[in-house]
Amino acid sequence: MEDGKFEYLSAVDGDPGNLIKGLQMVQSREGYVSDDAVKAVSEHFSTPVVEVEGVLGFYAQFKRVKPGKYRISMCDGTACHIKGSPLVREWLRQELGIDSGETTEDGMFSLETVACLGCCSLAPVISINGRVHARLTRKSLASILAKYRKEAAL
Amino acid sequence: MSKIAKLRVGMASCGIASGAEPVMEMLKASSGGIPVVAVGCLGHCYAEPMVEAVLNDGSSVIYRNVKPDKADMDNILSLGENGRFTIPPERAGRELVKVLALAGRVNPIDFDDYVANGGYDGLRRALSMTPGEVVNEVLVSGLRGRGGGGFPTGRKWSFLAAKKTDRKILVCNADEGDPGAFMDRSLMESVPHQVLEGMLTAAYATGATDLVIYCRAEYPMAIDHLRTAISQISEHHLDVLNGRRVTIAIKEGAGAFVCGEETALIASLEGKRGTPRFRPPFPTDSGYRGFPTMINNVETFGNVPVIMREGGAKYAETGTAGSKGTKLFALAGDLKYPGLVEVPMGITLGEIVFEIGGAERGCVKAVQTGGPSGGCIPAELFDTPVDYDSLKQLGAIMGSGGMIVVGNDRCMVETARYFLDFTHRESCGKCTFCRVGTTRMYETLCRIVDGRGRPEDIDFLTDIAPKIKAGALCGLGQTAPNPVLATLRFFRNEYEEHINRHLCRAMQCNSMVDMSIDPDVCVKCGLCRRNCPVQAIGPDFVIDPAACTRCNSCLDACPKKAIRRIARKEN
Repeated sequence: MEDGKFEYLSAVDGDPGNLIKGLQMVQSREGYVSDDAVKAVSEHFSTPVVEVEGVLGFYAQFKRVKPGKYRISMCDGTACHIKGSPLVREWLRQELGIDSGETTEDGMFSLETVACLGCCSLAPVISINGRVHARLTRKSLASILAKYRKEAAL
Repeated sequence: MSKIAKLRVGMASCGIASGAEPVMEMLKASSGGIPVVAVGCLGHCYAEPMVEAVLNDGSSVIYRNVKPDKADMDNILSLGENGRFTIPPERAGRELVKVLALAGRVNPIDFDDYVANGGYDGLRRALSMTPGEVVNEVLVSGLRGRGGGGFPTGRKWSFLAAKKTDRKILVCNADEGDPGAFMDRSLMESVPHQVLEGMLTAAYATGATDLVIYCRAEYPMAIDHLRTAISQISEHHLDVLNGRRVTIAIKEGAGAFVCGEETALIASLEGKRGTPRFRPPFPTDSGYRGFPTMINNVETFGNVPVIMREGGAKYAETGTAGSKGTKLFALAGDLKYPGLVEVPMGITLGEIVFEIGGAERGCVKAVQTGGPSGGCIPAELFDTPVDYDSLKQLGAIMGSGGMIVVGNDRCMVETARYFLDFTHRESCGKCTFCRVGTTRMYETLCRIVDGRGRPEDIDFLTDIAPKIKAGALCGLGQTAPNPVLATLRFFRNEYEEHINRHLCRAMQCNSMVDMSIDPDVCVKCGLCRRNCPVQAIGPDFVIDPAACTRCNSCLDACPKKAIRRIARKEN
């Protein structure tokens, strides 16, 4: 482990009650929780690794694999589902060759399915790095992805 | 001199998703000194981005679907006639806006704006009364928990108030995890001070010392606005109650539906896996780290300032015998005007779906209330009044307020499968009945949808459902079978058709559907062939059912609407 990589954890009080907060800090800084991070968190909060893993596995927010440069969250809430999110997933599979929980080989895009982004009236929606794209069609999806590819090439 | 006093732009998450940011930028650049204010949600999501021009005489003109171009800017600044937004006439008079009165009217993070519009008047009135009188006021109002359970709020408050301890915890449940629900998000983003005013009032009435908002991390704007509002509260010393300063903290949830259940929420607050536990002891006896803890939902707190301002008795004039006040609903699905609505309790489902939501009569099959814990109510029963008890009788629940309109072209078996997919994944795994039972139900429904249903499947579903309800510890498991039971009750024929005839009358289940091009309507333009991702359409414009994935790309692309989904012919 790189020395001091997770030093920022010291900003959170080491009380085990703050375990989730600590993990959220790692998740938002690194984009995922690596094995090294699990060890660091376990030490900081004086909580056994197995318990840290238990909490990690329980909450959907925490990822154990490194995400892509652009993180796509595909909403599969009720409204999005009946407005065609299964199709959106299929389109994404065709465009990017990845399924939920995977990252493209070039590390550009990763895909996850989320329960609801809270924009039901604009269904179907995805968010890319937190930015919501609404009322998707196959065409608009392709042009959105192309825009991000172009941005990355700059 | 312009007649416009200020311009408001709806900048809640939904507004931004529709492109309100560039509109705001452009408006600022071209407004010539007229103040441009970011406000919350006006509730009319279908018309976003929205701009409201407030005139010097206090009246206002609202513009809908504004684009960030010069034409739209000039139109607004000259108060042009184009793109003016008016409430659909059939909708007028059905809504009753009380809790959302300031949403979209005030700048969410401007303390003075909130106060100038009557904000904190309710808290001030509460502070002029004894804590016991405040609890009584809420009891008289008849307010029931808006998170879905419907427990009388005043009684909950009286339990916590009766505890004689130094430290009491008050939690605002903002873990709005129901797919299809966004009432709480909207309230927190648009009027965070109103939620906090409700919490402070509750803290005064119950003697709570530690205030916590448990908000799902997926709502960054809500968290941001609440943070700002909390610091403004402490600047203005509104957090000094009963002679001492209370603490207000935000805890971010980490994405687990079950954490909306109160004992699971408490476990999560303690940094653990969010699994529920047996009650008693109830949280008001022993909750967060053993301290008496009371949990109310965002919308419940949002109602409190209204009650304190107008008085409990006045509040109770709205609604039905058992359900008082107004309720927020997040309308979505197959209808013309999706969005956030506030209606008096006792309004009929039909009024919400047809008059307010603008859904087309005859095209609606059912409405789903209460999300994955609720049930589908068929269109024939749309004269049912919306209150806690009437909905329960139909096997649905009021729930937190998600209301999804299901059109004729949606399959009810698939809808049930969707909800069980959600609940079986969100089951925390503690109770066997819920963990295994919901998975078995889900597998059975998948089989039926895939065209591999067995005649005994319906009996199996009917048999296992009450067992899961009885054997589960918390609300998630106790309600998880509801979507299946409700669809079996009202749409049993669709289950039977899937199993016995391999027919999906909604033409939704891919395993029972083929795509077909009507040669009489087709003009052979080739758009379908170009859009087909799997080259399943031949030069003769016939679709190869073996290659076709039924993705609808051709159907969406066809300018002549010549392509339809039809029942698959049995081999």
